[in-house]
Amino acid sequence: MSTVQQETLAGSKSAGNIWVKRAWPWLACLVIALLAPTVLSSGHDIHMLSSMAIMMVFALAYNMLLGNTGLLSFGHAVYFGFGAYIAMHALRWSNNAVLDGTGYGVPIELIPLVGGLAGLFFGIIFGSFSTKKAGVVFAMISLGVVGLVEASSLAFTGFFGGEAGLFGDREDVNSLLGIEYGRSLTVYYLMVFWLFVCALLMFLLRKTPLGWMANAVRDNPERAQFVGYNTTTVRFMQFSLSAFFAGVAGGMFVLVEEIVTDEAIGFLLSGEVLLAAYIGGIGFFFGPIVGAALVVYLESNLSSISDAWLLYFGILFITVVMFAPMGIVGIIYQQWFNFRSGGWKGTIPARLYCTVTALIGLLGFICIVEMAYHYLRSWNPSAPMTLFVTTVDTTTALPWLVSVAILLVGLGLMLFHARPMLRRAVEAAGGNK
Amino acid sequence: MSQGNALTLSGLKKNFGRAEIIRGVDLDVRDGERHVIIGPNGAGKSTLFNLISGRMEVSAGEIKLFGKPIHNTPPHKVNRMGLSRSFQVTNLFQNMTTMQNLRCALLWGMGHKYAFWKLVNKQQEVTERAEQLMEQLNLTHRRDVPAGLLTYAEQRALEIGTTIGSGARVLLLDEPTAGMSRSESDEVVELIRQVTKDCTLVMVEHDLGVVFNLADRISVLVYGEIIATDAPENIRSNKAVQEAYLGTEVH
Repeated sequence: MSTVQQETLAGSKSAGNIWVKRAWPWLACLVIALLAPTVLSSGHDIHMLSSMAIMMVFALAYNMLLGNTGLLSFGHAVYFGFGAYIAMHALRWSNNAVLDGTGYGVPIELIPLVGGLAGLFFGIIFGSFSTKKAGVVFAMISLGVVGLVEASSLAFTGFFGGEAGLFGDREDVNSLLGIEYGRSLTVYYLMVFWLFVCALLMFLLRKTPLGWMANAVRDNPERAQFVGYNTTTVRFMQFSLSAFFAGVAGGMFVLVEEIVTDEAIGFLLSGEVLLAAYIGGIGFFFGPIVGAALVVYLESNLSSISDAWLLYFGILFITVVMFAPMGIVGIIYQQWFNFRSGGWKGTIPARLYCTVTALIGLLGFICIVEMAYHYLRSWNPSAPMTLFVTTVDTTTALPWLVSVAILLVGLGLMLFHARPMLRRAVEAAGGNK
Repeated sequence: MSQGNALTLSGLKKNFGRAEIIRGVDLDVRDGERHVIIGPNGAGKSTLFNLISGRMEVSAGEIKLFGKPIHNTPPHKVNRMGLSRSFQVTNLFQNMTTMQNLRCALLWGMGHKYAFWKLVNKQQEVTERAEQLMEQLNLTHRRDVPAGLLTYAEQRALEIGTTIGSGARVLLLDEPTAGMSRSESDEVVELIRQVTKDCTLVMVEHDLGVVFNLADRISVLVYGEIIATDAPENIRSNKAVQEAYLGTEVH
């Protein structure tokens, strides 16, 4: 029996069921997004939530290149940045129009769209030559382009605002819905709206002929040519569309921050979006979403807890690249799949033991890093330092010895006792990892 | 005369540096025939295919597909003009399922091009055609298995399916039975017979059983030159061919 028939049969019987199955992750995300501000309600938290929404759109756009088309870009912030700058100019122009009473300007809800069109425009320009080749050549050109643009951002001060950047005001703009966007919570809901629109569009894009052929070009460019597709055109179109969504993220950024500086267009942000997409998992649609949330959370919270946050961030990235190339979502998916097929049966104690020893090792490592930062960077290394629940003096040997001991015990137990134990348990349970 | 030709090669040459691989090939492939190219290892058979399909640039000479020049044209354009090829080493989208591979092969030919405003799964025509193909290839039960996990014989069948999927009228098959057992290769030959009914077929093949079974005409390529093109029975009795190639294998 053909599957078309099966599909239509299933459709007539339980169309509702299939819709629920497909839509529940989206609905769950929407509920979480809408309810998040009730838990994380401080000004700082809501700003963080908005930043997450922006980063999610940006990371999803980035993954259209890396995950879907196999293009590794080191300079995707260029399109985010141009989106942000042009959206900022649109915002300022609208500010003036409203203040002068001379016109209507661009309504605030559509400012991200302006950013998207700007991203698309520059994506078409830079993509026209950078997508001729994939692989190393593409990566190098992307690096060149971001260097070029970052350098010009300080040279052309009229457009980029120089080092001070450009300011705008989201309160003095017309709104399509007649809403005042002064409060950060209101802006957050606008961000959620754009996030869902963009995420849905990018999700659907993966299922179009272009999205399919992007995968085909990633996996086997030669065969893609021999079924009639120009690989350069496929890459170029994916690139331009990705730049559009990156630009939308830039436009969203303008509304939240009301300021754009050269940080929005440079190397650093380009690297950050790569990290976000990769840590989350480039092989999964939801990967970059999780990655973006984590990266923004770490940036906005870990940085206030620890001076060494960038170090932890780097280590996290290296760990993911080396031990879990499918990313966080990949691990969760794999374990869930495993769990569902009964792979956890009889191995749960071993798994717990393995996790706990790893955490103990991690604790020792964090203690050493924190004390080292305190010892090397503080004005007075002998000043008492708060470390978790205790207070230590980093100029004495005891805390160091204890920390190293914790690290060695944790790591040693995990590597030489817990892991072999887990392996035996898995083998005994039927060999499923 | 040239109206009846699907593919015309004239004065075709290819050299890599100073090594001449194809040294002046003239060949007419008639519309609708099954033309097999045989020759010893290193004779340049695969290079010839690479030149025809646009994978390599020619050094001299020309190739015409239904009278239109196609040499030095990029592969995707050659494909759109109605020539499709398979590969000696299986060349599929390994991570995609059987169904997805076939759909990818069908998309361009069915006019969907680079569309990003419609969903692949909603294109009933593509789905139906892919299922029909899958039926012909005997791969229906392997619908959702990634190509990389199919057996070798199944991969070869899918390779043929992907090649004919684009709706091309001229097919180049590069050793479709390479590395197969007798019974597997018989099945593939039967499959080729069935699915290429209305097409012109150019094939490279080593297995002489397959060659004489399938071919309408045979060309013998030796050291970059075609030394004979004729019907199977005449090739069998051709002295030059026997000396150059068949003598050691046919008794």
